[in-house]
Amino acid sequence: MVFHLVPRCSARLFWASSGWRRTYIQGASVGLKWLGCPRDSYSPLACRRYSSVSGSPEVMLTPERYPVQRLPFSTVSEEDLAAFERIIPGRVITDPEQLEACNVDWLRSVRGCSKVLLRPQTTEEVSQILRHCHKRNLAVNPQGGNTGMVGGSVPVFDEIILSTALMNQVISFHDVSGILVCQAGCVLEELSQYVQERDFIMPLDLGAKGSCHIGGNVATNAGGLRFLRYGSLRGTVLGLEVVLADGTILNCLTSLRKDNTGYDLKQLFIGSEGTLGIITAVSILCPPRPKAVNVAFLGCPGFAEVLQTFSTCKGMLGEILSAFEFMDAECMQLVGQHLHLTNPVQESPFYVLVETSGSSAGHDTEKLTSVLEQVLNSGLVSDGTIATDQRKVQMLWALRERITEALSRDGYVFKYDISLPVDRLYDLVIDLRTRVGPRAKHVVGYGHLGDGNLHLNVTAEAFSQELLGALEPYVYAWTAEQRGSVSAEHGLGFKKKNVLGYSKPPVAVKLMQQLKVLLDPKGILNPYKTLPAQA
Amino acid sequence: MAELRALVAVKRVIDFAVKIRVKPDKSGVATDGVKHSMNPFCEIAVEEAVRLKEKKLVKEVIAVSCGPAQCQETIRTALAMGADRGIHVEVPAAQAESLGPLQVARVLAKLAEKEKVDLLFLGKQAIDDDCNQTGQMTAGLLDWPQGTFASQVTLEGDKIKVEREIDGGLETLRLKLPSVVTADLRLNEPRYATLPNIMKAKKKKIEVIKPGDLGVDLTSKVSVISVEEPPQRLAGVKVETTEDLVAKLKEVGRI
Repeated sequence: MVFHLVPRCSARLFWASSGWRRTYIQGASVGLKWLGCPRDSYSPLACRRYSSVSGSPEVMLTPERYPVQRLPFSTVSEEDLAAFERIIPGRVITDPEQLEACNVDWLRSVRGCSKVLLRPQTTEEVSQILRHCHKRNLAVNPQGGNTGMVGGSVPVFDEIILSTALMNQVISFHDVSGILVCQAGCVLEELSQYVQERDFIMPLDLGAKGSCHIGGNVATNAGGLRFLRYGSLRGTVLGLEVVLADGTILNCLTSLRKDNTGYDLKQLFIGSEGTLGIITAVSILCPPRPKAVNVAFLGCPGFAEVLQTFSTCKGMLGEILSAFEFMDAECMQLVGQHLHLTNPVQESPFYVLVETSGSSAGHDTEKLTSVLEQVLNSGLVSDGTIATDQRKVQMLWALRERITEALSRDGYVFKYDISLPVDRLYDLVIDLRTRVGPRAKHVVGYGHLGDGNLHLNVTAEAFSQELLGALEPYVYAWTAEQRGSVSAEHGLGFKKKNVLGYSKPPVAVKLMQQLKVLLDPKGILNPYKTLPAQA
Repeated sequence: MAELRALVAVKRVIDFAVKIRVKPDKSGVATDGVKHSMNPFCEIAVEEAVRLKEKKLVKEVIAVSCGPAQCQETIRTALAMGADRGIHVEVPAAQAESLGPLQVARVLAKLAEKEKVDLLFLGKQAIDDDCNQTGQMTAGLLDWPQGTFASQVTLEGDKIKVEREIDGGLETLRLKLPSVVTADLRLNEPRYATLPNIMKAKKKKIEVIKPGDLGVDLTSKVSVISVEEPPQRLAGVKVETTEDLVAKLKEVGRI
C-alpha cells in the first residue's frame, strides 16, 4: 500500500499569523519550564526562512516554535561542497526546492533549514562524508523515508541531510534460511515484495511501508502490525553495518542466528535514532510466508469486551494469531469522512481487527470461525466480518492502517504513542476527552492492543499552545504513574527527547549520555535529538 | 408480491491477488495450496441477486457451482451474502480441469429449467480463463434473451431493463423474462459477509448432484496443448539527453 504525502489543509494558514506567535512566546516561559530548559533559552532565528514554493501554507521553522539553540557546529562552506562533490559527484543537492521536502517531516510539524542534501550510494561514500564532517565539525542528519512521528528525521537547524535513498540494493537473499542482507535505503514495501516472491515475508509491517527505509526502521526499532507474532527488530536483525561519527566503518553484518562472541554491539545502534552511528546495511531474518492468512473485523460494545475478545482469541487461536489491533468509533468516523472508507460492520463503540497466519487454510479457518462463533454468541462482539478474498483483506487492513492519514487531514495532530498495562489502555483516552473538552476536534485511541500499545491522538484546527499545555505533561505523568512507556515504538526524536525521564531513571539517562559521548564526542550525529541536553 | 426466482452461478478461481505460477510441465497453472476465492464478477452477480431479493422483487436466490468438493466453500460465501440455498454440481477434480464454458452452460441450462427460475445471473467472465462465454452459451441453449456486461439492472414487472457497457458507451435493453444477465464491474459493490449471516449460512442447504443426474454430457472437444508464461519483458534503457536518445535509436536500427 503506497503511503502518500498528505496535502496540507487550509486551516493551517493560522500558523503563519502573528497572533499565534505572540501566544506561543507568552506561553513559552510558563508552559515549558518543566521541559528543563532555562527560561531565556529562546533564541532569535538562526537560519534564513525559505519561501514556500508550492503556495501551500508554510510549516513553522522548528527553532521558532520550540526553545532550542544552535550548537556551535561549523557552517557548510564552498570548500565543503567541493569536497562532497568529489566524494559523490552529481549527488550533492543544494537547490532550495528539492531541499524543501527533506526539511519538513511527514506530519508537517517540524521544519529545518538545511542547505545541503547528500545522496551516497555506497557505505564507502558515507564513510568519507562522515570523515570530512567530523574533521570540519559539521552536523549531520541521517534521513531514510522521512516518515517518523517524532520529528527525528529532519534537521532542526542547518544540519547536512544524508539521505539513504540511493542505497537501495538487495545484497543477498538466502532462500532456505530466509536471511536477507540489504542496504539501509531499501523501501520496506519493496523488500516485502522481493521476499514474498520467494515465499518469505518481512518480519515487520507498518502503514508507512510504501516510503520508509529499512535502515530507518532499524534505527528507530520500529514495531508495527506484525510485532505480536514475529517480535522486535532486536530479535530479527542478525547483523548491521554502521558508519561511526568519525567515518569508521563497523562491519557486523553477520548472517548467523547465534553468535555470542563479545558484547552485542548491534543492539546499541538498533533504536539509537541515528545518534550513535549511521546504519548502512542490514541483515535480517525473514519468516516463511504463511500459506493461509485470514482477517476478521469485529465490532465490540465496550472496551471490557475488547479485552475479553483478546483473551478468547489468544486462547483459542493460539499460535496462528498474528495481529490484534483495535480502534474506536471516532477513528472509524474519521476514515469514513476523510478517506471515504466504508464500515463493513454495524456501528459499534470499538472495532477489532484480528489476523491469523498459518500453514493450513482449513485448520485456520476452522479455528477462526469457532472463535468468532464463541465471541458472537457470548455477546462480546455485536457484529463482524471475515475477509473472503485478498482484496477484502487489504480493504479491512486499510481501515486500521490509514487512520494516521485520516487524522492528518483532520487538522493539527498531537500524537502520543504509549505503552500501558492492557486493561488500562483506553482509560487515558476517556480521561483526556473530558479534560480537553471542546478545545480539541477529536480525541481518539487505537493501536496494537496485543502489545499493550496505545496510539493516542488529539486533533485540533491548528496548533495551540493552550491545548498543548492541557495535554503535556498530563499524558506523560499519567503514563509514568502506570509505569508505562511515554514512547512505545515511535522513539524520542526531537519532540520527546526531554520526556524519557518519565519512563527511565536518571541513572539510565546518564549512562545513555555517556555512551553518546563515547561514540560521538563531537556530537555531530543527529544533534538536538533523542537524549536531553546534558545539564 | 414477487414470485420470481433467481439462479446465480459462481465459480471458484485462484484469488486475483495471487501471483500465478505455471507448472513446469506446461500443462497448466499451479493450483495446489494456492489461495482460491469466488470470482469477483460472480460476487457482483450474487450481490445483485440478493439486492433484488431485499427489494422484495425476487423471492428466492439459489447459488450454484460446478466442480470438486471445494466449490462448496464458494457456495457458502454466496449463502453468507444472502443466497437462500445452494446447489453443488459435483465434478471430480481430474474431470474439472476440462470443464469449459460449453459444459457449464449445458449444466446451467438444465438446472434453470429444472428449478424453473426466471433469472439467471452470472459474472461476465472468470478471471482464470477470461472466456466470457458461459452466460452467452447458456442463453443460447435455453433460447432466452441475454443482457451481458450489465452495469445496471431494473426489474419492470415481467421484463428486465439492462444497461450494458459497450465500447461505444452504454446500451439499454429491455428483455422479457426469463432471461440471462451477466454482471460487469460497475453493477454494484459486493457487501461484506457479516458474522451473523456467516453463521446462518452454515445451516442453509447445499444440494449435491451429479451432471449425470441432469443428463448432461461433460466431454470436451477442446484439449489444452500447453500453458506458458508470456515472454520476459526486457529492461528498458534510460538516457540522459535527447542526443543520447537519437543515438540509441540509431544504434538499435530503429531510425
